[in-house]
Amino acid sequence: MKQSSDQPETQQSSANTESKETAEGRKLLEIERRDFLKLGLAVTGIFAGGTLLSAVSVVDQVFASKQDFAEHYPYKPHYSMLIRQDNCIDCERCKEACAKTNDVPEYGYRTRILEQVHPASLGRTTEFIPVLCNQCNNPACVRACPTKATYKDPQNGIVMVDQEKCIGCKTCMSACPCNDRYYNEEKKSIDKCNFCYDTRLSKGEKLTACAEACPANVRVFGDLSDPQSDVYKGVHDIEKAVWVLRPETGTKPNVFYTKG
Amino acid sequence: MTDNVSTEAVETPFLPERGAGLIRSLRERAYLIAVSFFALMVLAGTAAGIHAKMIGSLAAYGVSREVPWGILISTYVFFVVTSTGLCLVSSIGHVFGVKDFVPIAKRSVFLAVATIMAGFFVIFFEIENPLRMAVYNVISPNLTSNIWWMGTLYGAYMVFMAVEFMLLVKGKYKVATLVGFLGVVAGVAAHSNLGAVFGMLDGREFWYGPFMPIYFIASAMMSGAAAIIFFTWVAHKINGEEIEPETKRALEVTTKVGILLIAVILFFTIWKFIIGFAGGEAKIMALRSLLTGPFAFNFWVLEIGVGMIIPLVLYLQSRGRNLPLMALASAMMIFGIFFMRYDLVIVGQAVPVYYEMNVTDYPGLFTYTPSAHEIMVVLGGIGLVGLIFLLGEKIFGGHKTEAH
Repeated sequence: MKQSSDQPETQQSSANTESKETAEGRKLLEIERRDFLKLGLAVTGIFAGGTLLSAVSVVDQVFASKQDFAEHYPYKPHYSMLIRQDNCIDCERCKEACAKTNDVPEYGYRTRILEQVHPASLGRTTEFIPVLCNQCNNPACVRACPTKATYKDPQNGIVMVDQEKCIGCKTCMSACPCNDRYYNEEKKSIDKCNFCYDTRLSKGEKLTACAEACPANVRVFGDLSDPQSDVYKGVHDIEKAVWVLRPETGTKPNVFYTKG
Repeated sequence: MTDNVSTEAVETPFLPERGAGLIRSLRERAYLIAVSFFALMVLAGTAAGIHAKMIGSLAAYGVSREVPWGILISTYVFFVVTSTGLCLVSSIGHVFGVKDFVPIAKRSVFLAVATIMAGFFVIFFEIENPLRMAVYNVISPNLTSNIWWMGTLYGAYMVFMAVEFMLLVKGKYKVATLVGFLGVVAGVAAHSNLGAVFGMLDGREFWYGPFMPIYFIASAMMSGAAAIIFFTWVAHKINGEEIEPETKRALEVTTKVGILLIAVILFFTIWKFIIGFAGGEAKIMALRSLLTGPFAFNFWVLEIGVGMIIPLVLYLQSRGRNLPLMALASAMMIFGIFFMRYDLVIVGQAVPVYYEMNVTDYPGLFTYTPSAHEIMVVLGGIGLVGLIFLLGEKIFGGHKTEAH
């Protein structure tokens, strides 16, 4: 709802800028253009205007060099997920598969599905929004953890938990803007989604349990630093709007949302 | 009750010596009862805390995934706020040389140690794996974490304050001033970091912003002034001694500090609301929960009424000279501030993080109710302060200040 109201505003403001014919105006415009290009496809981090990420198909023009590209996707593989929100039917097979694969107890979850109702909407009025740890590039939880028990994996960018180091102060739970963490009594540690790293990816599997279990192909999982991957193509499709959850907190999520 | 009074009333005129002895023995008996009572509170709190550790916080505590911080965190904050305040207000005299404040120094420093210990007592049972903290805080420190700084600095603070107290007892005032200064620095740094633990969580709009560290220091001073006045008055009741004129003067100026700080906190509170209402939905919802929602009683009656407005009026009325009135005002403040901390911690988490997305899963505020285990641990912490305070009065002979 917010998204649609923000969009015209952004367009309007750029139109205003263009109307300025003075030299100063042109200079401003030039700065803005360069900034925009710099922003360009920094989808992993910066979002452009409102809650929508501006998606551009001409990737090569945006990333001037390979170095720029590496700066935007600092991990290899840069694990990421694109959630095709409107495909979700709330069957919760992802949740079941996740719990089974990762020993998630009854009282906890690593992923869940939220329900959004739009009573005024024509036709379909309900939408389902699967949520999981966003494996943020600027994770609030990692900054807050006193003992580095939760950390950003330097290779693949997954936000991991070293159970041995967790003191259970729960600051990361308060810090997470998306409530993606819980305290696991059996593990005596905070537990959270790690894209099935220990249970699947490190054993050679290509997909997370949730992505594999989904019958509607909602969860597109892959390497964002690989231009051939589905997640890369999906996130960079100019035809589609791509957004992240709670962008205002500046955590730069690696889980993206789209529809249509 | 009536029996005692009538005995005293009848016997005192005829046998003044016997009467005085009776009052003394009654006082001693009351002292012993109070000591035993507080000791039992500590034991019960410890037992509840250990039991909670055995059965797990999921079963024992009222906290949840959505509200991970409960009354144990807010009580910890309450104790360390008081400790920092005791340290700061008393330091005006014994560290920064304002003579009027000197007579309250020893007891304040002693109480600062007692309250920080109570804070550690409560947080020990709150943290899931406190023993790991001792190890990994040292070998795996995260320097961007406020919790790390706060824990480490409060550890140092407790040592400084304890050493300072011993130096004051031994009469080594010069060194005590230096250590006291280090205590102030560590205390302010630790306490503002505690504010930042909340203030730096940008996912929690009610807390987020530079306001928290500043607010924490100011409210520490407010709590410290109240604690000094209350405990000094109680101590003289226990010891059965008249308050010396120097101490009276010290309490008079402490009352002035109290009045000033209440005004400051009221000012902060008003602006927090005005600014907050210009903000997003989530923040407004949190503020409304205090003004008209489930926290309205806590806010208006306990925080504003009992915690600030009535004490402010009583302080002003006392002119810093009517000690029982000042003690009453201070006791009310301490009581009200306990709930101020509670509301601060709980309201910050009550609004769902997805609230502004209008999802049906999180339609309104989360609720949290302290469990019996949690309340017992809180009472254990309160008992610990009472116990240490009472023992300290006897062991250190009423914390008297020799002329120096």
